[in-house]
This record gives sequence, C-alpha cells and structure tokens, in this order.
Amino acid sequence: MEIWNEAKECMSRDEMTALQSARLRKTVSNVYHNVKFYRRKMQEMGIEPGDIRGIEDIEKLPFTTKDDLRDNYPFGLFAVPKTEIVRIHASSGTTGKPTVVGYTRKDIDTWCECVARSLTMAGLGKDDIIQVAYGYGLFTGGLGAHYGVEHLGATVVPMSTGSTKKLINMMIDFEVTGLMCTPSYLMHIAEVMEEMGVLDQIKLKATINGAEPWTEAMRNQIEEKLHVKAFDIYGLSELMGPGVANDCAFHKGMHIYEDYFYPEIIDPNTKEHLEDNVTGELILTNLNKEGMPLLRYRTRDLTSITHETCECGRTNARLSRFKGRSDDMLIIRGVNVFPSQIETALLSLDETTPNYQIIVDREGALDTLMVKVEVDEKFFSDEIRELEKLEKKISYAIQQMIGLATKVKLVEPKSIERSVGKAKRVIDNRKFD
Amino acid sequence: MALKQLSVFLENREGRLEDLFQVFGENSIQIHSFSLAESSEYGILRLIVSNPEKAKDALKAVDFSASLTDVVAVRLPGGFDSLKSVTDAVTSNYNIEYMYVLSTEPGQQAIVFKIKDVAEVEKSLEEKGFELIN
Repeated sequence: MEIWNEAKECMSRDEMTALQSARLRKTVSNVYHNVKFYRRKMQEMGIEPGDIRGIEDIEKLPFTTKDDLRDNYPFGLFAVPKTEIVRIHASSGTTGKPTVVGYTRKDIDTWCECVARSLTMAGLGKDDIIQVAYGYGLFTGGLGAHYGVEHLGATVVPMSTGSTKKLINMMIDFEVTGLMCTPSYLMHIAEVMEEMGVLDQIKLKATINGAEPWTEAMRNQIEEKLHVKAFDIYGLSELMGPGVANDCAFHKGMHIYEDYFYPEIIDPNTKEHLEDNVTGELILTNLNKEGMPLLRYRTRDLTSITHETCECGRTNARLSRFKGRSDDMLIIRGVNVFPSQIETALLSLDETTPNYQIIVDREGALDTLMVKVEVDEKFFSDEIRELEKLEKKISYAIQQMIGLATKVKLVEPKSIERSVGKAKRVIDNRKFD
Repeated sequence: MALKQLSVFLENREGRLEDLFQVFGENSIQIHSFSLAESSEYGILRLIVSNPEKAKDALKAVDFSASLTDVVAVRLPGGFDSLKSVTDAVTSNYNIEYMYVLSTEPGQQAIVFKIKDVAEVEKSLEEKGFELIN
C-alpha cells in the first residue's frame, strides 16, 4: 500500500509533537503581529506569543468562530499583504455575507499535498484518470480536488456538476478509474448508471467522497453496486478545503494531516479537553498556513479522536465518523445551510410571517429541501394564481440566500408543530447512522 | 353593493373540510353556494354564506386563514342560456377571475364572479337592466 509522504504521515509521536510545537509558535507569532483580530484577543486574555512554548500550550489561545470570519469580512483575518494572496474561496454565511478565505502560493501547494495524500490513501496514483464532480467555483471542493489530482500526477477530468449522463459516458469512454464527488451525488450517479444499464462497463476503482455527512450503510451500498472502494474525505474551507483528513483502506477513521492541522476535541459546553475516543466538538488550528491561519477554529462537527497507530502504518491521528453538529447547521447537497438564513430570506419579504419549518429529506439519492410557510391572512389571496406567485417569490428569495433550489409549501396557520409554544424549525428525515 | 364572499385556505389534509363544516354548524351559518379551487397541495374554498363576517371570525378563532372578498352576484333573466349577455356586459373592460353558480332554481338562476373594480361592473350591469344580489 502506497503512502504519499511517509516522513510526515508515519512520523513518531515525539517528532510530530516537536514539529507541531515549532509550527504553532511560528503561526502564533505571525497572527499576533499581522492580524489585528488575534492581537486584540490575545491582549485581552493577557497572552503574548512568548507564552506559547509548545503545542501543549494551545489551550491558552483564543477560539475562532464562523462569526469571527463574518465580522472580519472580507479580508480582516488575512495575515499577509493582499499581493501575496493568489486565490480566494468563499462559502455562504449565516446572514448572506460569505465567509472568505485567502491562499498564498505556498498554501495552494500545501493543499495540493493534502489532496495527494488522500488520493494515495484511496489507492490512486499517477496512472489513474480521475473525474472531479464537485462544483467548480467559489466552493473549495472543485478546484481543491482538481489541483490535488494534478499534483499527484494523475489525469484530471474537470466535470464539475452538471449532466450526469455526460459524466457517465465520459467515465466509460475515458476509462476513468477515480471519482471525487459528494456521497449523495455518487448515489445518484450509480442509480443513473443502473438505468442506463452500463454498470458492467465502468473501470472505476475508487471514489473519494465528502463535503456532507454519510453513513457506513451508504458506503456499503456504493461499493456493492459499483464494485469500487469508497473513501471518506473531510475538509472545510475555513481551514483549507477538502483534504484535512481521509480514511485509508482499513476504514477505521479518517487520518488527519496533523503536520498541517492540529486537532483538539472539546466538550462544546465546558470547552474542556476530552480524552481519546470520547465524542465532542472538533477544534482545528492551522499549523503551516500563511494567507489566513486560524487558531482553534470551532468546526461544530462532533467526532472523537484516536492516536493509536493504524494498521496501514500511518501514525497520523484518526477522526471517527462524524456524529452530527453542535449547532443547527444543515449540510444539504454539500451546501451548508443555517435555518437563520431561511428565516432572513422570509423576513425580507413583506408577505410572510416567520412561521416556517424546514424539512430535509432524501429522495432516492438526492437531498431535498422543503420549506413550509404558514399562510397569514395578511397575504392570503383567494386566487390560486396569486398563491402560486407567492410560493415562487418565497422560493426565489430562499434560493438567492442559500444557493439551493427549494420547494415552498403553503400551509394553514398554526399547523406547524409547536412544542412549548415554539415551532420546531427543522425536521431532518435523512438517516446518518 | 357587492356581495361578500368568504374565502378559506385549506391544506389538502384529511378532515379539514369536516372541521370547517363543524364550525359553520356550531355558529348556525348557512351555505348558499360554494366553489372549491385546488392546486396539488392546497385548495381555496369560496363560499356564499348567511353571515360572512360571523363565519370569518369563527373560523379565525380556530386558526383557519379566512378572508372576505367582494364579488358580483347577478341573476340570469333567461336562465343559463343568457350567460353570454352577462359576459358581454362586463368582459369588454376586465377579465373574470373565476365564476360559479349561486342558484339553479328555475327562474331564479344566478351566478357569482370575481372581477376587478366590482363597483363599476355592478353599475354597468344595473344600467343594462340586470338584477344584482347583495
């Protein structure tokens, strides 16, 4: 079994700790001197860069939240002059303001290295032809995966998202061996292949899937149907993008690239550190990033960690399958959605009340989003045409806010289930266990 | 004087019509006529009732979305064969949004319709000798 960077992925714990300590000191000094936000936070807490002697001191440092990114929109957290930034990515934010991240040339190289490690873990190498079917654009999925494949030396086919039939035809014609996309899109691709009757014509060996939660059951289904090995990739744009962690052929958790991302698991309420194998919120610190290094970023993802050496030989710690979120964020078709965004969209229209309910479901392989809105007498019309116009208007406003097609359903007043007077805002019928 | 039509938003859910008729029963509301317009998810029930204000308040008290709409109700002097004379009288200026039957009793046949500018349409119908129902 190949390992892309044995020196870093199989490093002894002592060496790793020394490397992490050196990189943390450098990062802390960098953000203290170049990012007003961190300098002010550290001064408020009475810490100076000299107080951070090693990775064991990380608990002294302040947390960073998604709100901090939003408050410093667009470039407030950049630690280098804008001239050093070679690329920007952005994801949608809770109030419609996107979360912006910037990368230096070296950051892009680091990212490529991370994705190359993931691809190697999935058994792919320079002889492979890999389709990238994440969306290309501001979303980190497409371009992040793309340059990683090139760095590996394999051949990249930049499909982005679009016609599934075209993707399948090219997969057959080009004898594609690797595929990177969201797990739900992969399920959809498998269904379309089945309809087209071409399942026996594909040469696919491995798929790497991430950007949304999925289950072992989905993995088994995919592997059985397509006769491939399916791998789980983790990443978030705030820290980098896809390629923060990935599972190896033994599928016993995702190896996190610890020389770049320092993981901590905390109790989200007390913020105390938790032991290995205990589920809590994942906190990540960029150890080697130049453009926008984040200290102790609260991912809100719930998982546990183990530092035991893996059967594959890698010593990099492993994250267990994600068990949910410590906030109310939903991941729908790979897009992060907060209920508050939908509420903001509804309130931006004069006609609607804030009485709504979000229903997420999975039809076949694709996530669906429906928003029920109670019909208030203020905007009730006795003409179907007017109500349909209203549905379209609401749907458009939500789509503008979150970037996902949304079905709107008008319902009677007070028909949305309430508990202790408060409506239950989100019903997620998808199964992730 | 336009006729007040009661309009009620109904989700396509079991038992909703039953609930509505129960409210009418409890409040002694008589239905003279109605029409149900439907889409795949919901419907709008339009009714001509004995006491529309009271009916609306009673429905709202139990969380129905209900409103009153001005509609034109007109008697058809020659029965339904004379529908054309009504449409001729009104549609040169406006479109009829919807229409349904108010009475089929021989000699008393009448229809209800929704149109823009009810007052003007009623005036024009009266000038042409039609009998309006309020």
